[in-house]
Amino acid sequence: MADIPEKEKFTIVLFSGDLDKALAAFILATTAASMGMDVTMFFTFWGLNVIKRNEGSIQAKGFMRKMLNVLNRGGAKRLKLSRFNMLGLGTWMMKKLMRDSNVPSIDEFIKMAQEMGVKMISCSTSCGVLGLPDNAFRSGILDQAGAAFFLKEARESKITLFI
Amino acid sequence: MKADESLDCYGLRCPMPIIKTAQKMKQLKVGQVLEVISTDKGIKQDMPAWCKATGNECLGMEEAGEEIKVYVRKIKE
Repeated sequence: MADIPEKEKFTIVLFSGDLDKALAAFILATTAASMGMDVTMFFTFWGLNVIKRNEGSIQAKGFMRKMLNVLNRGGAKRLKLSRFNMLGLGTWMMKKLMRDSNVPSIDEFIKMAQEMGVKMISCSTSCGVLGLPDNAFRSGILDQAGAAFFLKEARESKITLFI
Repeated sequence: MKADESLDCYGLRCPMPIIKTAQKMKQLKVGQVLEVISTDKGIKQDMPAWCKATGNECLGMEEAGEEIKVYVRKIKE
């Protein structure tokens, strides 16, 4: 059996804020961590919705950003399916099917990933454009970073995914 | 097959049996064997892959109906 000299790295960009795509990202992130990999998740654009805190309102500055964060509130518990949302009915049914099949929710997956040492980083440009202050996110999200940081991580990684 | 510890993952789906195995294996001593009881068919491919990635040994499997018992020996910390 081959010895692994140092921890292999796995980097995921989560661009999408859809429930189904976030699920795929977190399944892979937690499994990679359980396999001893060093996992970094980089959240950008709609993907930032996944790590927004669930409670309270998000205080963005300016009329357009305020509106955006009302219409696009986000939070792990508010994510929708990429297909068959059907005004929330499809998402409700999928969440029920997941629960009945013993699949953890995205909220549970995020907590699990954090406990397993998965690093979560938000994209600084997206945060700026979308008007997201630091307190828009749940606890345990590391500092914001940019494209150069992601590329450095990706370059050192054995696997990189864009979801 | 005889095991030192058992982990019940009945009804759990991928990736939970693997994640629970990884957590449980931390409690075992080197050389000890863990029995994982799963109903997730993917475990037949997943556990050998997990063992290969982590340097542990997948000793074998026993199938009875929908239940799959997988035996893993801890090779290193």
